[in-house]
Amino acid sequence: MALFRTAEIIKASKLPPEGVRLSRMIDAVYFLPIAYLGVFATFHMHFDLLAGDWDFWIDWKDRQFWVTVTPIVEVMYPGAIMYYFWTFYRQPFGATLSITGLLVGKWITIVFAWYWWANFPANFVMPASMVSSALILDATLLLTRSWMLTAIFGVWAFAMMFNPTQYAIFGYSHQPVVIDGQLMSLADYMGFTFVRTGTPEYIRIIEVGSLRTFGGHTVWISAFFSAFVSMLVFTIWWQIGHFVGQSFFWVKGKRGVMSRMNDTMIVGTDEFAQRHGTPDGIAPGARVAARTAATTIS
Amino acid sequence: MASTTWGGGAERGYDMSLWYDSRPLKIGWFTMLAAVGAEVVFQRVFGYSHGLDSMTPEFETVWMGLWRFNVISNIIFSAATLGWIWSTRDRNVANVDPKTELKRYFYWMMWLAIYVFGVYWAGSYTLEQDASWHQVIIRDTSFTASHIIAFYFTFPLYITCGVASYLYAMTRLPQFSKAVSFPLVGAIVGPMMILPNVGLNEWGHAFWFVDELFAAPLHWGFVTLGWCGLFGGTGGVAAQIVARMSNLCDVVWNNESKDCLHVIPY
Repeated sequence: MALFRTAEIIKASKLPPEGVRLSRMIDAVYFLPIAYLGVFATFHMHFDLLAGDWDFWIDWKDRQFWVTVTPIVEVMYPGAIMYYFWTFYRQPFGATLSITGLLVGKWITIVFAWYWWANFPANFVMPASMVSSALILDATLLLTRSWMLTAIFGVWAFAMMFNPTQYAIFGYSHQPVVIDGQLMSLADYMGFTFVRTGTPEYIRIIEVGSLRTFGGHTVWISAFFSAFVSMLVFTIWWQIGHFVGQSFFWVKGKRGVMSRMNDTMIVGTDEFAQRHGTPDGIAPGARVAARTAATTIS
Repeated sequence: MASTTWGGGAERGYDMSLWYDSRPLKIGWFTMLAAVGAEVVFQRVFGYSHGLDSMTPEFETVWMGLWRFNVISNIIFSAATLGWIWSTRDRNVANVDPKTELKRYFYWMMWLAIYVFGVYWAGSYTLEQDASWHQVIIRDTSFTASHIIAFYFTFPLYITCGVASYLYAMTRLPQFSKAVSFPLVGAIVGPMMILPNVGLNEWGHAFWFVDELFAAPLHWGFVTLGWCGLFGGTGGVAAQIVARMSNLCDVVWNNESKDCLHVIPY
């Protein structure tokens, strides 16, 4: 069986080449400039204002908060976007689309704002990447075809894989160094070198508990806790995807009362005709079938 | 003739220009890119030289001058755009030809695309740029070199484009002229309320002087209002567009009865 069944779908639509071309133009105008840009614009804002500080700085990429906060905040949008693309189009790439979009937005800003305007070196402000986690999440949905199993296994893997996949990028910064007799990590030293307006508050937050540990079990405990919360958060955001996917209208009736019209998505289908009837009492599907039969006979 | 479409179409035996014209998208998108790009370059040129101390005369001249320009230009842009859409409205929108309606849906999607591009500049680029600037420069005013472009240029810009999208749908598309789309209201009004939320933000920064913890609860109003964008790009608005255009295609090319277009009772 072919991986893609585009030809079958186009045939089922009964559209001529012009109509097929139109549907492709909907894809061109909708998916990139509206859906993709819309997702990464708002997801970027969401991530920056809920977990941004941990992602902005290398000295904030600690063993406890960073590992806990990042997957929880990053799994939210994928939950809603996965609902949308899976439920409406059966496309299993919602998480990858969200996370790659976030990275595109982040990197544009890193080059043009952090580096060009504020003059921070890129490796000091480099973002974490959850692309591999997103691929696992999408693959879980594709294979299980169940959002609940995806929440349990996929999201668990999404969060647990976070730290190992960052290690190749940021591992160097956790090496211990001794500066003026003080033991610290390379990341800490970079942080002290680039003093920021938020530095006092940053130090107060990062100095909590065992955040300054160089290794040990802290990171895995944090990842496990993060996975647990991420599972719950994912289920909530899957439902948020359902909420924002509603397509109903408020319609004003003859007596001026506003009422909901929920089933605009099924207009033109047999189901709509059964619910509402049609002027000639014939369901659209039946009408098309009758017309096809008539054409065949003639 | 199909000169306005990429990939042509005339050689295929049909005329795409009857239902598709990409010029408004190109014009709007590149104009916005040029406008915001020019302001970003302005920041690079005058940020460190004139934008560090709001008490200086040169700050008043250069940066508050730009602030006045931003406010006035946005008012003019808003009045001209919304006025043009309203004054050229279709007075017989209930009887629009299906192919023309398809073309209008493309125009509307282009409005939405330009709106989303504005949301990108406001919610993604200038928002994080604001974090970078205020980690270097302690604010001594609400009208900083970063805010003057983020809050007073890109925010009103995308709000105007969002309202224009709503108004276009209301005045040109039969479904939206007769009924109120719940997800469309969410997609436009939610991000629009981010501008009033700037008031809370500036009040909080003045009161607590939090320079600059980005994940602070003070900023979470922006987040929740930004979530409303999901109603548009990947939510109910997209579903409404696809459902309607699918029915229009059936009427135009599959000889379906126009009954299926009368979703909303007229």
